[in-house]
Amino acid sequence: MKSHKSWYAKGMRDGIPIALGYLAVSFTLGITARNAGLTAFQAALTSFSTNASAGAFVGFTLMAQNAGYLEVIIMEAVANARYLLMSCALSQKLSPQTPFYHRLLIGYDVTDEIFGVSIAVPGKLDPFYTYGVMTLAIPGWAIGTYIGVAAGNILPMRAVSALSVGLYGMFIAIFIPPARKNKVVAGLVAVSFAASYIFARVDGLSKISSGVRTIILTVVISLAAAILFPVKSEEEEAAANEE
Amino acid sequence: MRNNVYIYILCMAVVTYLIRVLPLTLIRHEIKNKTIRSFLYYVPYVTLAVMTFPSILDATQSPISAMIALVVAMALAWSGQSLLLVSVLCCVAVFISELFLI
Repeated sequence: MKSHKSWYAKGMRDGIPIALGYLAVSFTLGITARNAGLTAFQAALTSFSTNASAGAFVGFTLMAQNAGYLEVIIMEAVANARYLLMSCALSQKLSPQTPFYHRLLIGYDVTDEIFGVSIAVPGKLDPFYTYGVMTLAIPGWAIGTYIGVAAGNILPMRAVSALSVGLYGMFIAIFIPPARKNKVVAGLVAVSFAASYIFARVDGLSKISSGVRTIILTVVISLAAAILFPVKSEEEEAAANEE
Repeated sequence: MRNNVYIYILCMAVVTYLIRVLPLTLIRHEIKNKTIRSFLYYVPYVTLAVMTFPSILDATQSPISAMIALVVAMALAWSGQSLLLVSVLCCVAVFISELFLI
């Protein structure tokens, strides 16, 4: 039985690669924020308060379009829906005796990466392990975003263009590995690409904003898949454990 | 009229936090409904795929460099490379291909 202190130290160690990765990836998020007209402070505040990649990206895109608050709320829920599942899995990883305030604190930073390392510790999760990871990951994400906005202005167009695909690269790195293992997910990615392309490019349909397009396609395609190809719980766990 | 940035950020933060914290605090047993479980399982992949394509084609100075980045990222992710490496090499692919394209 390790002490809280040693779990915290272990969390900090595992947090180093996560924080470095966040610095780089959130830099491109900062560029998106800058394009949406946010200041470095506003962008860093968003990163600090949401700790989300896809969610913040969607938010910045909607801000740039001056979208309604309700649309932002709905899109945040959609873009972050995976955290719902992760938190469900994580709730099983905590000892039932875990006090309420620990649950409130861990919930602040359930990201793909922190979920991944937290769910992978042997036995039940000591919240202090996750706090150790968070100690480095949260500043990494916020500082990277700040630099992305601040330095984006002085970078040549060529570099900005290159960095603009960084987040897409990250998304691809999230959905391709499960697609390789699961034919249904692979098919869904192909269907999503095709449907999204049609919605974005075909006259009439392209009038629908990208936010609404994402909601409609996500709900329709995922629901159809859930009905046609219900998932066995072992598959979910196997996928979740590898993230 | 332009909406307030701080209200946007507040909306994002509150929604994101609730999504993360509600299951941790409220649900202490497993969700049994197979369709809901399956739906939630598929949602992230579909959302990310829809957000990636065709938007990535408009993100760079040339749709061709973006297409190259897309292929590079998919190949790297397929071969099991880390999130960071896929993301960085995706950027490198755009940078190098635009040296020739633009």
